[in-house]
Amino acid sequence: MRTTRYAAAAMAAAAALTLSACGGGGESGGEGGGEGGGEAGGETVRIGIKFDQPGLGFDEGGSYTGFDVDVAKYVAGELGYTEDQIEWVESPSANRENMLANEQVDMIFATYSITDTRKETVDFAGPYFIAGQDLLVPADSDISGPEDLEGKNLCSVTGSTSATKIKEEYPGVNLVEQPGYAECVSVMASGAIDAVTTDDIILAGLAANAESGDFKVVGNTFSEERYGVGLTKGSELCSDINAAIEKMIEEGAWEEALQNNLEGVDYEPNAELNPPTPDDCA
Amino acid sequence: MSAQQVLFDAPGPKSRRNILIGNIIGAIIIVGLIGYLIVALTAQGQFAPERWSPFLEWDTWRFFLLEGLFYTLRAAAISVVTSIIFGLIFGLGRLSHVAAIRWFSGIVVEFFRAVPVLLMMIFFWLLLGNFGIFRPQDSPFVAVILGLTLYNGSVIAELVRSGVHNLPKGQREAGLAIGMTRTQSLRAIEIPQALVAMLPALVSQFVVILKDSALGYIITYSELLAYARRLGSGEGNIFQSLIVAAVIFIIINFLLTSLATKLSRLLSFRTGGKTRKDKNEKVLVADPTNTGTGVGAA
Amino acid sequence: MEDYLSLLVEYDVLGAFWVNIQLTLWAGLWSFLLGTLLALMRISPIASLQWLGAAYVNVFRNTPLTIILAFGFLGLFGQLGFTLDEDLNVSLFRIAILGLAIYHAAFVCEAIRSGVNTVPLGQAEAARAIGLSFMPAARLVILPQAFRGAIAPLGNVLIALIKNSTVAAAGSVAIETSTVMKEMIEFRSDVIYPIFFTFAIGFVILVIPIGLLTTWASKKLAVAR
Repeated sequence: MRTTRYAAAAMAAAAALTLSACGGGGESGGEGGGEGGGEAGGETVRIGIKFDQPGLGFDEGGSYTGFDVDVAKYVAGELGYTEDQIEWVESPSANRENMLANEQVDMIFATYSITDTRKETVDFAGPYFIAGQDLLVPADSDISGPEDLEGKNLCSVTGSTSATKIKEEYPGVNLVEQPGYAECVSVMASGAIDAVTTDDIILAGLAANAESGDFKVVGNTFSEERYGVGLTKGSELCSDINAAIEKMIEEGAWEEALQNNLEGVDYEPNAELNPPTPDDCA
Repeated sequence: MSAQQVLFDAPGPKSRRNILIGNIIGAIIIVGLIGYLIVALTAQGQFAPERWSPFLEWDTWRFFLLEGLFYTLRAAAISVVTSIIFGLIFGLGRLSHVAAIRWFSGIVVEFFRAVPVLLMMIFFWLLLGNFGIFRPQDSPFVAVILGLTLYNGSVIAELVRSGVHNLPKGQREAGLAIGMTRTQSLRAIEIPQALVAMLPALVSQFVVILKDSALGYIITYSELLAYARRLGSGEGNIFQSLIVAAVIFIIINFLLTSLATKLSRLLSFRTGGKTRKDKNEKVLVADPTNTGTGVGAA
Repeated sequence: MEDYLSLLVEYDVLGAFWVNIQLTLWAGLWSFLLGTLLALMRISPIASLQWLGAAYVNVFRNTPLTIILAFGFLGLFGQLGFTLDEDLNVSLFRIAILGLAIYHAAFVCEAIRSGVNTVPLGQAEAARAIGLSFMPAARLVILPQAFRGAIAPLGNVLIALIKNSTVAAAGSVAIETSTVMKEMIEFRSDVIYPIFFTFAIGFVILVIPIGLLTTWASKKLAVAR
């Protein structure tokens, strides 16, 4: 059952790629030839993603699925790389800046929020998605935002920014910190936890993959996380990547990737902010 | 077994009845516990076939569990080798007749035996991130190895030292008597015997290393537990995935513990010159499994 | 140096250690009781209890502590709805204590069995000869001597327990030393060495006295033979 869903997503992604290859082949050749051309042409591109984030970046055992992965594949295609030329590298949150600084990866698509602190050490293209901290609750729950959480049991990941924010701004909440979101969702299915919090799109990805339990993303975000493409400081890829993201959105492949990866979950991304317009490259 | 019966009389009719009652109560407790777990977990849908069916697929094993196990075993195997090297160096250091070396080794060993492995792993992981020596994706692996080596190496250093100390004095005296220096006697006579005597404890330490390597997932080293979690988040069955991971750990460690037991039995026959522990040979429970405490962490 | 000292004001390092000490004391108490019970079961004449004791030790001794603590949260709390207090965090703290106790009880059991090992055969024979049955013999003759013989290995279990209490972060006890140290280093990686040594020395200060004390006590209380 699950396999078919992934297969469908993978096929859709592949279709999107083929489309882009037809439409954009010549164009990207012209653009990429001048700037990033040295890397293309037989060379591989190393892309950092999450391996453990279902719906965004997930290692299916040799093949990779998720929205981040689909966007990365599209962008890489626009830069002139075929899918075979992509080398996927796991980049956990704590390692992302180091991996870019040491040039271990060429770009990172890993729910990587653009922040001023990070901009001091790395460059960003995008954003390609604007997420926000939100709540995942059982479908029949009447929790509609963080202010309803007083006295309720909320679960998040140990040391995450989402957990810190709740601790600071909503001290009346019983916050449980766990090593991973899967634990939170598993326990919420049995009713011992009332809500799980992190970025809305991550929650949607978790809900899409939960075997039991009917969950919904509340849709009342209380932060703005602008997911960008992490690049080594001084990288020249930024404007090409932005062009690729714009094209992906324009062609509808962006929307399609989102739908495919978050199928079956009661979730709509914040429509005022999405799809986003990439920032100007510095 | 014969030793155990010393603790209680050969049962007469009355105590045989009591033992029977005790056995029935014991069996009821066991069955009751298992039954309660089955009923309660079924109520939560934990035995639903779709939660367990992924484990019937080869891909689950090939891409998640066996791959994770490979990384667990790799970290453990390398750590065993580095720990033994560390343990030999500092164990011999503690036996040195140069006071400064003895003191230095003593401080190092006591320090690393006292610091939790998890703290060492976190420290090295974050420290290595600042240097550019290792690839960033390798720093968790290196940190796991370093943490395991420093702790278990220190334990092995103590095993080496106590192994030599527990040898009968005559061994060294005989070495000195035939004109060897202290170092020569240590190297040629005492250490080899001590190593053989500590072999079972060494195997037990391997169990500790294996279990402690599971701490690696906290610092993002992808070992068995990390793969099981990943599988669980993809399939929505983290509870089941962790159970399967636990069973894999239990089986491997149980086999290693049995090996340690066998070795210690074998060696107690083999080493004619008994180590001093055998002074209390006539004891209540002849139990060769007590080859080391092996508490470790995780 | 000033930077480093200001960090100590900002982060409650002593409080973090206090959490670990509390975890250790409670888990130590419960694992001692449970471990003694298990040891009794393993040397008892009742086969089913022997089997249960042995199965318990073999399962929990060979499972990584992180997994046991995760089951405390996922299984006991999440699936079986097990709570030990009305306050959620107190409840989870106690579940973490329970997880630590369950794991270390297996080692306490083995430590006590190794203590039983030190009791000479003649003691049990003498107890039998004066007509004591299993429980009185165990309570009056065997266990008192066994505990004395088991002091050193029990001390080792306690030392391991202190250190293992840092793993409790996996069991949802967030404010303990390993998480606090990690947060401090992530916040101020320029003073990573002083931060690490602060925590390391803290554990040395906790662990070394226990080692010395148990060595001293095991010599002092050793049964003269």
